[in-house]
Amino acid sequence: MKYTVNDQGYYGDFGGAYIPEMLYPNIEELRQQYLNITEDAGFKAEFEQLLKDYVGRPSPLYHAKRLSEKYGANIFLKREDLNHTGSHKINNAIGQILLAERLGKKRIIAETGAGQHGVATATVCALRGIECVVYMGEVDMERQAPNVARMKMLGAQVVPATSGSKTLKDATNEAMRDWINNPEDTHYIIGSVVGPYPYPEMVARFQSIISLEAKKQLQEHTGKQLPDYVLACVGGGSNAMGMFYHFLDDEEVKLVAVEAAGKGVDSGHSAATSVLGKEGILHGSRTILMQTDDGQVVEPYSISAGLDYPGIGPQHAHLHKVQRAQYVSITDDEALNAGLLLSQLEGIIPAIESAHAFAHLEKMQFRKEDNVIVCLSGRGDKDLSTYIKHFNF
Amino acid sequence: MSHESLVANRLNSMFEEKKNNLLSVYFTAGYPELNATLDIAEALEKAGADFLEIGFPYSDPVADGPTIQHSSQKALDAGMTLNLLFEQLKELRQRISIPVLLMGYANPMVQYGVERFCAKAAEVGVDGVIVPDLPMYEYEQLYKDIFAKHNLSNIFLVTPQTAEARIRKIDELSNSFIYLLSSASITGRSLTISDTIESYFQRIKDMQLKNPTVIGFGIADKAAYQKATAYANGAIVGSAFVKFLGTENYLERIPEFIQSIKS
Repeated sequence: MKYTVNDQGYYGDFGGAYIPEMLYPNIEELRQQYLNITEDAGFKAEFEQLLKDYVGRPSPLYHAKRLSEKYGANIFLKREDLNHTGSHKINNAIGQILLAERLGKKRIIAETGAGQHGVATATVCALRGIECVVYMGEVDMERQAPNVARMKMLGAQVVPATSGSKTLKDATNEAMRDWINNPEDTHYIIGSVVGPYPYPEMVARFQSIISLEAKKQLQEHTGKQLPDYVLACVGGGSNAMGMFYHFLDDEEVKLVAVEAAGKGVDSGHSAATSVLGKEGILHGSRTILMQTDDGQVVEPYSISAGLDYPGIGPQHAHLHKVQRAQYVSITDDEALNAGLLLSQLEGIIPAIESAHAFAHLEKMQFRKEDNVIVCLSGRGDKDLSTYIKHFNF
Repeated sequence: MSHESLVANRLNSMFEEKKNNLLSVYFTAGYPELNATLDIAEALEKAGADFLEIGFPYSDPVADGPTIQHSSQKALDAGMTLNLLFEQLKELRQRISIPVLLMGYANPMVQYGVERFCAKAAEVGVDGVIVPDLPMYEYEQLYKDIFAKHNLSNIFLVTPQTAEARIRKIDELSNSFIYLLSSASITGRSLTISDTIESYFQRIKDMQLKNPTVIGFGIADKAAYQKATAYANGAIVGSAFVKFLGTENYLERIPEFIQSIKS
């Protein structure tokens, strides 16, 4: 695999483990053990069983006929929105809770933006009877109130992050501080392909089930081995990495990663990291991040809490730099309109995160025989109030 | 050429002259006032601090508790940057003779350019750098030679969980002192030095490392300072001093603060 990680935890120039010494034993333990644990037959069997019976996998690959007609291509939706808890985040949460159990950890912490990863983590902790603390930006707690309530109902403690922009980046800082203070009994379930190595690789592997299934399903639908295009939205980039994973070495498949432009790339209110970012270090890895000339992290903005992050995972930074994937961006308004369109053409209300990926279809030129897979990473229930406010329903 | 022969700076001279009860003080540059950096440093030297750690602020300081986070944000809001800090430090060696380290996170340093950062630091008379999120592997691979070229010490941290083999490796790579964390925690948590912590300090002492050791994190008062300096060559006060800087007439009361720890 040409685009995967090397022994030191780097994807080309990006990755590594830029962590304070306090976290070294935890990261080292993970680095040494995660492959042994996750490659073990017993682990795999339990992971697959839970994905099937509890999550409801495989998620369908749905041929969206009316959307296909509109854009003049064969468009397939990878229905991660139909997973238990409503998004792809559960795939990783199941993998990591099984890992945490095998590492003997008694307490779980997580960060969350839109709340989808927080809900997924609270869910697996309830399932396994493990204490759960979720850090969430104060601003996000307000705009994603239903998910806060869900986490509490599932028995998790939700702790507001009140520093900085009070969004995902700050929740991640708080979770890292908690881990520094509780290094021995606690496992940190990072929700995206970010953080110090081995997290980006570990999360990508747990999410790679998305493309593993999609590849098989596309063949059943079309008889073709490979799609022409694969699209997914990117905040930190976990659904995109899962959706790209098994296509990375198939160079003829065009990978399109859709970032949040917020109010516009040049508006000063954006989260389009690949355009606005520079190389640097964020949350434990060398990657691309939005920062000032002085190396201070810039507060990102997107209407979608799950994309409101100033960096991208190090593997995305690498795919961007070597141009294996194309990184584009979509504004708040374009995403909301695409969400409405998908609702009315296909009867599917997408999460605003996922709606960003659909909005980019509008800007692409297709041949009618093109096969296109879009990752529908989450359902829109959590975003209803935002949609209602925007469209005055 | 060995590391030892490359680096012979103020830190080494200090540890040669004084083996015990060293007191180091940390403060964030630009807090509580943008341009008070050297005034605070000078007052600390006069009051009896043995060496200083000047923090260059970062927006996302994950190893720091609320006190240093707050001071960093205030300093950034006031306009502190690395450029400005180096500008302020131009007069460092006209005003201060004790060793000075810069402490901060990797990203501002990497963005500034590590080579340029080290050259500037050396030019103004800084003796060493503490970057908690710059791990040993990356330092060795990418930056060790640059630090050596500019005669700057890189200070590594050791926690109660750091394995013996790694401590030995850190001792090998260090050339002025090793920063012992009193516990695995973020900065500014009040510390009661328990038997467990004392046995960890003793364990390190018994390892007979070639580098001196200085204990930091949670050293907020005289009792903690005395316990720490019983096992190590010195102790570092950080959050407690930063908190003190938030009070009125802090500059003239710095001797009082140092006395309360050291007398």
